[in-house]
Amino acid sequence: MALLTEEQTLIKAQANAWVIDKAPVSSFRALRDSHSQQGFFPEIWQAMVDMGWSGILVPQQHGGSNLGYLTFGLILEQLGRQLTSSPLFSSSLVGASALLAAGNAAQQDSLLPGIASGSAIVTLALDESAQHSPRHTALQAGRNGEGFVLDGTKTFVAEGMGATHYIVAARVAGKAGDVQGISLFLVAADAAGIVRTALPTIDSRDYARVTFSNVRIPTTALLGSPADGLPVLEAILDRACIGLATEMLGTASQGFDMTLDYLKTRRQFGKVIGSFQALGHRAAALYSLMEQSRSCVEAALQAVDAGADTVPEMASLAKCQVGKFLFLMSNELIQIHGGIGMTDEFDAGLYLKRARVLEASFGNRAYHRDRYARLKGF
Amino acid sequence: MTGEFEAKVRDWVADNLPQALVGAHIDMYGVASDDQQVKDAFGLWRARLAAQGWGAPTWPREYGGAGLTDAEAKIVNRAIARAGSMNPIPYLSGMGVTMVGPTLLEYGTPEQKARHLPGMASGEVRWCLGLSEPNAGSDLASLTTSAELDEQGWVLNGQKAWTSGADKSQWCGVLVRTDRNAAKRDGISFLMLEMDQPGIETRPIRLIAGESPFCETFFTNARARKDDLLGKLNDGWSVVKRLLQHERQSQTNTPVTSTSAEPLQDIARRYRGTGADGMLADADLRSRLADHLMDAAAHELTIARIITDARGGNVEVSATASILKNSATDVAQTRAELMVEIMGNQGLGWEPGEYTEEEARAVREWLGGKSMSIYGGSYEVQKNIISKNILGLPETTQKG
Repeated sequence: MALLTEEQTLIKAQANAWVIDKAPVSSFRALRDSHSQQGFFPEIWQAMVDMGWSGILVPQQHGGSNLGYLTFGLILEQLGRQLTSSPLFSSSLVGASALLAAGNAAQQDSLLPGIASGSAIVTLALDESAQHSPRHTALQAGRNGEGFVLDGTKTFVAEGMGATHYIVAARVAGKAGDVQGISLFLVAADAAGIVRTALPTIDSRDYARVTFSNVRIPTTALLGSPADGLPVLEAILDRACIGLATEMLGTASQGFDMTLDYLKTRRQFGKVIGSFQALGHRAAALYSLMEQSRSCVEAALQAVDAGADTVPEMASLAKCQVGKFLFLMSNELIQIHGGIGMTDEFDAGLYLKRARVLEASFGNRAYHRDRYARLKGF
Repeated sequence: MTGEFEAKVRDWVADNLPQALVGAHIDMYGVASDDQQVKDAFGLWRARLAAQGWGAPTWPREYGGAGLTDAEAKIVNRAIARAGSMNPIPYLSGMGVTMVGPTLLEYGTPEQKARHLPGMASGEVRWCLGLSEPNAGSDLASLTTSAELDEQGWVLNGQKAWTSGADKSQWCGVLVRTDRNAAKRDGISFLMLEMDQPGIETRPIRLIAGESPFCETFFTNARARKDDLLGKLNDGWSVVKRLLQHERQSQTNTPVTSTSAEPLQDIARRYRGTGADGMLADADLRSRLADHLMDAAAHELTIARIITDARGGNVEVSATASILKNSATDVAQTRAELMVEIMGNQGLGWEPGEYTEEEARAVREWLGGKSMSIYGGSYEVQKNIISKNILGLPETTQKG
């Protein structure tokens, strides 16, 4: 781990102990088996809020601690390890980042305290098709006197059923694919004309399709300046990708630990299977990928905290490299565990399903590879 | 404090680096120039660095170093690089400054240190290493070159392979069998001997890339002084394990791609052209190039992280050296393959003439780079080290 302050070391230890004790993977399994649409246990979310995690990015004057992304990452990684499900990432990281990046004083005053206290769940409503592509935003934001009217559909909205507010990317001008003409709007989830439908996914977390039909909103709902919202949206997405990569690193690292443990205990042919060189070399390759993924994630978190101009490329780098590790690790987790790995009773399947959902969220490897190449000028 | 030191170093470099040397290509044999003025400048620069103790800056002053910390040594090397040159002494000392020296500092007697270290630190004595043999490559411990003690000292017989720079070195560190009856790792010792003697013959090895620094080295009643045994008798295996850790570290602590080299994506644009959007026209090449650049970035960020962590005292650097050796290899070999692919038929030339210097060099570097996954413990040996020493997996079942 990067060199941590005393406070960060404490937070990391606290998060590690709490997650294992109060929100382990068996808790996520229970959530799945409950078939709840909410996607999290309220008491687990409340405990996170009580520990101050929901306010880590929120400035002190709004009830947060303003400790930054590296600190947030220490927690997300532990949550990723046990597949702990909560609105922490979607609201306290992505939602808070959006308000901090684009919100005016009034918008920040009205929502940041709620994000910190857990009473508001603010999530980004962006994707409209099966592929992540911010430029292809088509949801219409038409002028309507002093305000706007939203028409269109968002899909795969994380915490979409539980959200109290959406940050909606919408088009005020141009057509899908244009760089210009996109704006962000802050919309209450209970606004007239919004219909949300739960999307059951392999991961059992809360994802929703959200339909906007003639949703009338005032000008004050505009987040940032009109029509040139893409750069600020990209900045929010960079932070989202870096946070998500941190959670993914935790998920994959736990898969690695489970696999390594199995290699040391499972016996076949009269020997511990980890003594077979073919398996030892695969473990070595996974370990190398894990260490390199960690380097990318930590550097990306530090880049955001430092306000470095490399944040966009670091975000795509982290998402891609951790994505590569998680993809391979989640497959190897099952393969190396053999028959038991395929059973629902064993946890490997939960990790595989989570892996694929997170890999696709906020752009898959192909998306970020392309973006990285663009940022590097080719 | 650091700023003050940095300023002093910068001033010293500005005052002492001969202008004639700036930008000159320096390699393991010195400066590649026929210009006498450049050659003289090179000699002067070496002598000045040596007098300053900066040839091996972290070594104690009494042995020719400057007693600097690793961080300070980095500042020195960076300042020299910024001024447009480099510290040639580690090159000139062969395996001295990077491998034999650090091991001597740990295992040597005070007399051995005083006798051998200053020559390495000044770049005046070049060292080679006799480790591998024709039948002892990845399985190094099965080596058979022997040493026996008589009244005048050690008598060596046998053959070493891949002794890099043996034909140009004054001294050699050699791994020999000193007890044939012991288990294979327990009968090995590490000796140091002079190369200029009748009992030693060297023959350069020609590689797929053409000429190479590698040699075969034959010992026929070659002599070493009795007190040139490094470490304890029959404990050479622990000496060499340490030595190889130093090797892995020296190979991996430097970034793979030099920052002065033209970025690969620019070479690709130049050779392959771009579409209307300014993006590389070949989409398949573009995505593989992006993957490669990201792997290279991940590798360099890992080096940076390990250095930071080591400074904070929370990781054992040697444990991670094997990861870095393999990722450095992956990155460098992939880069070389992409480079010749980008050049197309122009990346297939052997004799110069029809090809640019850049193209000819790319071909040689690609072929030469095949050695990276073989020397210094092969790719597979590194994976064994990771799985056993770092991950704690049990010993592989086949024992040789």
